[in-house]
Amino acid sequence: MIIVKEKPMENLVEMTKDLKSVLVVGCNGCAGIYQVGGEKQAQTTSMLLEMASKIHQGSLSKTRHATVLRQCDKQLVTMSLRPIMEEYEGVLSLACGAGVQTLADAFADKIVLPGNDTMFIGAQERELGVLHELCRACGNCILDETGGICPVTRCAKSLMNGPCGGQAKGKCEVGGWKKPCAWVLIYDRLKARDRLDLFSRYRPPRDFRVSQPPRELGGVAEGKA
Amino acid sequence: MVVSPPCSELMKSLQEGKFTFTGELEPVKTTSVHEVVEGAKILKGHVVAVNVTDNPTAFAYMNPMVPSYIIQRDVGLEAVYQMTVRDRNRLALVSDLLAGAALGLKNILTLAGDHIVVGDNPQAKPVYDLDSTGFLVLVRKMVDEGVDLNGGKIEDPPKFCVGIAANPNADPLEPEILKVERKDRLGADFIQTQAVYDVEVAKRFMKAASHVRAPILIGIAPFKSLGMMEWMVKFVPGIVVPDAVQERLRKAREKGGKEGLFKENVEIFGEFIHEVKKTTNAAGIHIMAIGFESIVPHIIARAWVA
Repeated sequence: MIIVKEKPMENLVEMTKDLKSVLVVGCNGCAGIYQVGGEKQAQTTSMLLEMASKIHQGSLSKTRHATVLRQCDKQLVTMSLRPIMEEYEGVLSLACGAGVQTLADAFADKIVLPGNDTMFIGAQERELGVLHELCRACGNCILDETGGICPVTRCAKSLMNGPCGGQAKGKCEVGGWKKPCAWVLIYDRLKARDRLDLFSRYRPPRDFRVSQPPRELGGVAEGKA
Repeated sequence: MVVSPPCSELMKSLQEGKFTFTGELEPVKTTSVHEVVEGAKILKGHVVAVNVTDNPTAFAYMNPMVPSYIIQRDVGLEAVYQMTVRDRNRLALVSDLLAGAALGLKNILTLAGDHIVVGDNPQAKPVYDLDSTGFLVLVRKMVDEGVDLNGGKIEDPPKFCVGIAANPNADPLEPEILKVERKDRLGADFIQTQAVYDVEVAKRFMKAASHVRAPILIGIAPFKSLGMMEWMVKFVPGIVVPDAVQERLRKAREKGGKEGLFKENVEIFGEFIHEVKKTTNAAGIHIMAIGFESIVPHIIARAWVA
């Protein structure tokens, strides 16, 4: 899942202060699932922006909220928002960066603003509610060699042949020895499976061409090739 | 496995089986090489080679290539040019290695480098294009095959000796040993370890690494002040300073002031070295006495008579 984090309300107020009308658009995809950018958040944000404008005697006098099933789907976005878009000068998107850009592309004449910071691809640890980064979309998955634990993401140095000298009692120096050392986790798991041969293997340097932005995949051109 | 002919004074000493000492100097945020040159003069004759650190703890300091060169040229002490992959991608690594070889540098210590976030520019983008193992392989290819990682031919290839670092304090130790073995297999010429204060830690490490082919120099770092010791105990959880060592140094400082602390350091580390030499197959000792070079000859002298 793509993990997003709401920008502070004062940033949103600042961003929208010169607009007269704003449509706040939530996303029921990734951003909605962890209750950051869904229906309710769109509603609350819309109300708060209007209240803030009243308090500060700002220009924003008209807000409304809407939610799209997936903001990263241009067709879906266009179809569901076109009927109401006319009335608004600006759009505040509560989706991830892909959603914001899809919106901006679908309504190129509108001022489209990001309501969230897009953080990472990850998942939630249920007990504590902490969201952990689990994948950096590096384009060359080696989880088969590392016991299902990604060193590219979970090792602070993205080492292919860890651990480094910065682990103590299985914790990483980055962040003050609180987070686990990915390479110790990998070691423990591979040892339990009697596959330390995988641990000891030399993994050559990564080919960063597969993670070189802007990336694209598929489409007619690739199909023909 | 390619066995390099003695490509440096350091390797010559190690290959001849001499118990070998190396030192360490740290260029800082300055344009002057005066301090490191003076430090090198003190170390000369006592250590076979001196490491010159590369932005240690991720602080942006003078590039060690230049002081390494000047120390060799003006002091006649061989340098170990430390290089991290934290601040250089593979282009920059090759480029610095070629330049270093052109300046007559003989030894490279291939390091990952402390993470950017612990340094003085924590906002910077960490590189880690290669890891330290990939870096070792790069240097080996340059030296043994005269090519870079893509097989690009190098005119007049360099003849470096390649060192790696190890951490005897690592807990758990086994993944660290497996990593050292991996690098040993890939052709590391020598190994220098992080600072060890507990002789039992050194013994345990040397035992676990007994099948490692490359000679190992155990690292020590005498305490210039009690503040440094307390900082290390408090903030570097990986390093174990036995209570007995702490107590001896505290008492010595109380009784004899700075001079007392100096003498107790000489005693403690002299005994440590003697014990390591007697009980393990360590090839030597790497002494990290930054800004405290004056103690090195005393510790070495004490080690021989301990």
